[in-house]
Amino acid sequence: MPDKTPTQNALEVRNLDFYYGKFKGLKNVNLNIAEHRVTAFIGPSGCGKSTLLRTLNRMYSLYPGQRAEGEINFYGQNILDKGQDLNLLRAQIGMVFQKPTPFPMSIYDNIAFGVRLYENLSRSDMDERVESALTKAAIWNEVKDKLGQSGLSLSGGQQQRLCIARTVAVKPKVILLDEPTSALDPISTAKVEELVSELKKEYTVAIVTHNMQQAARVSDFTAYMYLGELVEFGQTEQIFMKPAKQETEDYITGRFG
Amino acid sequence: MDKHISSQFDAELTGVSSRVLELGGLVESQTRHAVYALAQFSSEVADQVVATERQVNALEVEIDAELASIIARRQPTARDLRLLMAISKITGNLERAGDEAERIARMVKLILEQGSPRNLPSSELRVAADLATGLLRKALDAFARLDVNTALVILKEDDLIDAEFNGFVRKLVTYMMEDPRTISASLDLLFVAKAIERIGDHAKNIAEFVIYVVKGADVRHTALTEIEKAVQ
Repeated sequence: MPDKTPTQNALEVRNLDFYYGKFKGLKNVNLNIAEHRVTAFIGPSGCGKSTLLRTLNRMYSLYPGQRAEGEINFYGQNILDKGQDLNLLRAQIGMVFQKPTPFPMSIYDNIAFGVRLYENLSRSDMDERVESALTKAAIWNEVKDKLGQSGLSLSGGQQQRLCIARTVAVKPKVILLDEPTSALDPISTAKVEELVSELKKEYTVAIVTHNMQQAARVSDFTAYMYLGELVEFGQTEQIFMKPAKQETEDYITGRFG
Repeated sequence: MDKHISSQFDAELTGVSSRVLELGGLVESQTRHAVYALAQFSSEVADQVVATERQVNALEVEIDAELASIIARRQPTARDLRLLMAISKITGNLERAGDEAERIARMVKLILEQGSPRNLPSSELRVAADLATGLLRKALDAFARLDVNTALVILKEDDLIDAEFNGFVRKLVTYMMEDPRTISASLDLLFVAKAIERIGDHAKNIAEFVIYVVKGADVRHTALTEIEKAVQ
């Protein structure tokens, strides 16, 4: 069941506008992402949900011509401020993408690679970190006997969990999932969803999904977006049982369009 | 209920809703016939009521199967989900109202078979019985049109039936005290009166689920003043 008990905010989005060149992709978005909860973003294609997710760790800064205005406070610190250490920020707010993106290296190194960028661990500490990350991503039992094999040798669902393990390994506070199961079969999808419920015990999770039922299953809070605006944001149970806005109701009941 | 992207989904929701109204029609006529059998002491009409029970039960089972199928295939949300939940509950209430009508019919037959005195105040049940059948009809009407105002009226009128019931019980007690030979027949009539009162309760439950579908507020076990606030 969704968790309704309040927690402090990991991220506070305030008056956020986002531009792709001259096109305004997000319009005055305001919402809070609660710590140790799963927040889901739903809405039709082009509504801005992935854009919003990509502002939360400034992934957009990789692309010229894209800019955000407003505030995104990450435990009190505005990450849109100039002079942010973006690499450090992205270690604290990790991201997993739609298509699994394992590095072309061994399963072990897929995990260790990111850790080595930030920490200098002894061999045994690193072994421990790799095991713990793979365990948290619920894939340890499947790969523990073949850590030297290429990450690319795994199935799609395993690759996606490997990527989640890679994100977890650098000890982030927040994990952003951008349609993490849209390329996976139902069994792998179920495993990732199960994993999301586990992850929220230690991390804060934000997930973008095209699958409304997935949002209903895994999230505590749901944001419905349309045309770059946040239409409705509330407890998942309320959004799916009794949305306050007609537009939300039309979308989630399949009357959209 | 219309305008889903999937028109098949629309058709399924409309289909199952009209089955509920079909069931409602059956139960309503069952109730009306039971009241008629009581007023006229008609054994044949009472038999009809008992016979209809089988149709009612079959329809209840069919509606539940349709609901399960829609939920499994469509993963309904919000108003659609509330509608399907409400239909499941309304169907149960209709079936039980049917059971009460059957109970009345069986009592009428029993009274006839025992040759019990007809000078008991069975005709005084008429008012409550008419109120109950009227309420059931209104409840079905409120469901068909998803009409919250009619639903509210039903919630108020159910109190009238309860008042009638209490008055009738007091009257029966008087009869029984005056002439202990009427005790057995009076008890039969008491069961009939209780069945009528229950039919009113089922109509009231249906009205509450109409409010749940439209307003998303669960108004069961809630005072009328609170309900009126909730639906505004």
